[in-house]
Amino acid sequence: MAEPLLKVRNLKTYFISKNSEIKAVDGVDFEVQPGKVLGIVGESGSGKSMTSLSLMRLVPGPQGRIVEGEVTFEGTDLLKLTERQMSDVRGNRMGMIFQEPMTALNPVLKIGEQIGEVLIRHRNVSKAEAKRQSIGMLRSVGFPRAEQIVDEYPHQLSGGMRQRAMIAMAMACQPKLLIADEPTTALDVTIQAQVLDLMRSLKDQNGTAIILITHDLGVIAEMADDVVVMYGGQVVESANADEVFDDPLHPYTKALMESIPVIDQDRERLASIPGTVPSAANFPVGCRFAPRCTMAEESCHQKMPELRELKPGHFVRCDLV
Amino acid sequence: MSTLESDLALKKAQGKSILEVRNVKKYFPISGGVLRRTIGHVKAVDDVSFSLPEGETIGLVGESGCGKSTLGRLIMRINDPTSGSILMSGRDITNVKGRQLRKLRHDFQMVFQDPYSSLNPRMSVGSLVAEPLIVNKRGTRSDISNEVVRLLEIVGLSAEARMRFPHEFSGGQRQRIAIARALALRPKLIVADEAVSALDVSIQAQVLNLLADLRKEFGLSYVFISHNLAVVKHVSDRVAVMYLGRLVELAPKRLLYSSPQHPYTQALLSAAPEPKRHMNRERIVLVGDVPSPAKPPSGCAFHTRCPKVMDICRSERPILKEYTPGQFTACHLYT
Repeated sequence: MAEPLLKVRNLKTYFISKNSEIKAVDGVDFEVQPGKVLGIVGESGSGKSMTSLSLMRLVPGPQGRIVEGEVTFEGTDLLKLTERQMSDVRGNRMGMIFQEPMTALNPVLKIGEQIGEVLIRHRNVSKAEAKRQSIGMLRSVGFPRAEQIVDEYPHQLSGGMRQRAMIAMAMACQPKLLIADEPTTALDVTIQAQVLDLMRSLKDQNGTAIILITHDLGVIAEMADDVVVMYGGQVVESANADEVFDDPLHPYTKALMESIPVIDQDRERLASIPGTVPSAANFPVGCRFAPRCTMAEESCHQKMPELRELKPGHFVRCDLV
Repeated sequence: MSTLESDLALKKAQGKSILEVRNVKKYFPISGGVLRRTIGHVKAVDDVSFSLPEGETIGLVGESGCGKSTLGRLIMRINDPTSGSILMSGRDITNVKGRQLRKLRHDFQMVFQDPYSSLNPRMSVGSLVAEPLIVNKRGTRSDISNEVVRLLEIVGLSAEARMRFPHEFSGGQRQRIAIARALALRPKLIVADEAVSALDVSIQAQVLNLLADLRKEFGLSYVFISHNLAVVKHVSDRVAVMYLGRLVELAPKRLLYSSPQHPYTQALLSAAPEPKRHMNRERIVLVGDVPSPAKPPSGCAFHTRCPKVMDICRSERPILKEYTPGQFTACHLYT
């Protein structure tokens, strides 16, 4: 197998204050292959968003810090770079799009200026050339009126359009990796279909790998080649997408699959998971899912299970499987 | 069948609906110009009619701007319709106001989307759930106190939750508090506006199961508003699809999901991602954005994005008609 584009090993991001230590990301491992889509799925409090911010080294400080780990991107450990070196990577080799396009775009700058900013910073082109390339980018993300959109402000665009503008910004320097954090959650379902289609075709055309972070298993099923399931700041299951959907092994993954209403099936009652997600400031000893797990035994509450390879390429953090 | 069930079945056979919406419109004026005159209208709800038999759930589904939330507020009489009428248990409540409206409100209650802003953060949970009972003088202090405990237990919260404040609870728990409060006056109808959309998937399942249990136990009727097609299918008996303020399709859920007639319904269903691999569905990707409800297209509002558009669609608005038993569609393809 080819060398992975991104290798994350034992990533830990904590928020440390006088009274508390919040372990938002607590020992996460995964890999992204070139040109493939890795889906990171989890609910609130799983640590998935903080993982993506950690990869970009955008963790809000000073309380938030990456305390341990390796993030090897194209052979370089990003965590060892200076801020200046990292800023050469961000927007250039790695792009990121966020959930709320209205808050991620600068409301007082025109769309063209925001895309142009990326090009000027990383490609050193003139303003005029940046504008010309911005129009090209906007066209490639599906704006037929690109010459007009380039001079418009974010508030003049709809949610789906803003998200496409963000994709244009993120793809302007043709990054090898695109991190998309809940990119379609705030969008209507027909617009979501457009945006996902766009991401897929950009990936096919440019060979861009994508990390797609979402709580929506339907989006994961559609887009992902590989899947990582997160819970309580850790990876609890990881495998290729077919494996995860055909044979989910971790009790949390199974419970999640059974709790969603599915259009093609008739479920009398949804299997719900009792209780709530544990607080990252106060994780229980032992398996973090044990308090809510129907299969949990005494040992589960005492010993933290390791992430083990139960089938080739299929990793699970559970001692009972 | 329990007596409750046979009672509801009888009412349905007699054509008695808990809710009837007749040709309801809600136009919001847009003012502009130097003199701030009305220069146009946002047609948020544009001639919608349906009826809901007692004990059933109608799902209102559609994307942003389709008017489903506005319609929910019209049914609750939070807003006044521009025209048309709303009937609750056969009684016309369209123009009822003030004290009379407050009395009627016992019969219908609403649960909102955002569990973080719909509960007063300065009131204890006990006070929040007791408030409707106190305002309507439903018994002595100790009667009310017992009732609050009963309601909290019905929604799966413990009695000691009374002393705590909303911020101490998670989103799903707050939604349960909102439901307990909505149940306090023993309503017959609950309008749930995106009641589970802000919740994590596993919590959403808990709340949906709760709503289903309450329906069975109390014979409740629901108007369930959501953009999530899978959730709507799970809870509804019938589903109404809205686009730009209009009803484009109305059908029993099995028919709607297995053989949708309106091209918009078909596109919605094909766009909804399902948690299954290799679906290999024929994807209908709609071109362009939803038009503004301030300037809806002529004729059929969907014609600008419809993959099956015909000439007549641009000039004539289709009427909602029953082309298959039980299934109503507003589309020229079927005339």
